[in-house]
Amino acid sequence: MAERTVAVAAQAGLHARPAKLFVQAAMKLGVPVKIRVGSGKEVPANSMLGVLSLGAVQGTEVTLSAADGPDGEAALDALAALLARDLDAADA
Amino acid sequence: MPDLRGLGVSPGRTAGPVLLMAAAPALPPPGPPLSVEAGTAAVAAALSAVAAELDRRAGRADGEARDILESQAMMAADPTLLETAEEHVTGGMDAAHALDAAFTGHRVALVAAGGYFAERAADLDDLRNRAVAAVLGLPMPGVPDPGHPFVLVAEDLSPADTAGLSDDVLALVTEKGGPTSHTAILARGKGLPAVVACAGALTLEEGTLVSVDGATGEIRTGLDAPAAEEIRRQAEAERAKLAHSRGPGKTADGHPVKLLLNIGSAADLAPEAEGVGLFRTELLFLDRRTAPGFDEQVAAYAAVFKAVPDAIVRTLDAGTDKPLPFLELPVEPNPALGIRGLRVDRLRPDVLDTQLAAITEAARATGAEPAVMAPMVSTRQEATRFAERARAAGVRRVGVMIEVPAAALLAEAILAEVDFLSIGTNDLGQYTFAADRQHPALADLLDPWQPALLRLVETCAAAGLAAGKPVGVCGEAASDPRLAPVLVGLGVTSLSMSAVCVPAVREALAGHTLEECRAGARTALQRDHATIRP
Repeated sequence: MAERTVAVAAQAGLHARPAKLFVQAAMKLGVPVKIRVGSGKEVPANSMLGVLSLGAVQGTEVTLSAADGPDGEAALDALAALLARDLDAADA
Repeated sequence: MPDLRGLGVSPGRTAGPVLLMAAAPALPPPGPPLSVEAGTAAVAAALSAVAAELDRRAGRADGEARDILESQAMMAADPTLLETAEEHVTGGMDAAHALDAAFTGHRVALVAAGGYFAERAADLDDLRNRAVAAVLGLPMPGVPDPGHPFVLVAEDLSPADTAGLSDDVLALVTEKGGPTSHTAILARGKGLPAVVACAGALTLEEGTLVSVDGATGEIRTGLDAPAAEEIRRQAEAERAKLAHSRGPGKTADGHPVKLLLNIGSAADLAPEAEGVGLFRTELLFLDRRTAPGFDEQVAAYAAVFKAVPDAIVRTLDAGTDKPLPFLELPVEPNPALGIRGLRVDRLRPDVLDTQLAAITEAARATGAEPAVMAPMVSTRQEATRFAERARAAGVRRVGVMIEVPAAALLAEAILAEVDFLSIGTNDLGQYTFAADRQHPALADLLDPWQPALLRLVETCAAAGLAAGKPVGVCGEAASDPRLAPVLVGLGVTSLSMSAVCVPAVREALAGHTLEECRAGARTALQRDHATIRP
């Protein structure tokens, strides 16, 4: 299992617009990605309700996981980069 | 159908056909599905219908409303939601109950996440109602969208209902709600006529033509099409006139009354304004687990001071009624009467110290000279202590908000300690009448025309005139074009409101001499309870 741990940069946390952009990005990926906080319950990254239920605020470290392999690695890189950006910004 | 009357909370006149917002669907008694296949197909069809409807509305909205609607569509289309509903069908539930149970499960998870995540539970309730209605073949609850102008009539409106309100909505009429309800604030923000606490509103027939007067609260029925057209034409002419309204606020005989803005950040500023009467700093603190740092606060304040050097900043107005996670305040049985506003300082003095330091640093950096005021001051001693702290930090003009009757009664003593007063009529009404601001059945007690409330405003204004110090009003009352001249007649020196409300108030003041305002004030103070409005 490939994993990435990244702190949520968006000021609003994974909520509102940042959550929407994250889930939309996850939906476009060809591989299933899961997300969790610490050792908490994993939820699919393409599930808006699951992502909101993480309660991840600005600075919360979240862990993304996907199956090993180049597709999984690429998906994790893309989503981790998104989380590390300030998704509140108007141009996000 | 007789005419109706409620509380006018957002001025303006219009007329058009009534459309009722459908109520939430009731669940029928549980029944078995025809088959698991039919049941799972039904829940899938219902959820995708809900998502499609929200996507359609998102496509016609923009900005924040679009984001909200897209997020809601994504919740409805959530694969885990469908999965849970399908599991319930397989477990033996009919489609409606399976959907209800699936939403309930996800709702629990959101509420457990707390804070702003928990607030999305209301969105989920709205989606649940839509999905259950879809599966039962009932009309979709929520704001109707018929594709022509209409008067929206509802029991009450939630933030979710109003997020994507289309331009076709001519006016809002609700059976519940009060002058400071969400509906009222939204309507004033959009410049839509609105009447709340209107008994019998839900008995209006769908499609019937009515006129709505958002100032007097009057709903006239039995109109024909030409009459409705004439009312709309007049209202349009009125709006066009207001669009050309310019200049500083003054009465017909030239008595100046500053018309200031209530803002949450620099984004709410308007170029023509005379100043800022209420800079609510809470916005900066929302959504936070830790307090915003000194530098971040300096930047936010400086953005406002650059445009308006003499803005009046209100220090953080939070507490157990408006909880902010980083304050870590205990839960209280009676939050409106507990630790809120300046009282937070009793537990967390560091918050005010940082804020005052950030305000003075932002002032220094921009060459501005802002004023600072504290919310929820109750005694002279609190005013004295706040003034000492603010002046020690370098603030030159210090004021306090009058929201507690105790403070209004001692306005003279408090004005000996500070440079100005700003009356928050929403909370002052709530505390004077012991009536919860959000209570749907107590709207009449929260009417800003209540003579007892006006008496307290008069006490404050008289103390200001005697001391030669400004006394403003920054509550919703200030934005009511019919009440504004009365407030001026009571001796108030400035009125602060959202930018969209300024033109109507400016025109209202220009239509009265100061002596007429004073006569209006005397009459308003003497009205009895049954007819407190003119």
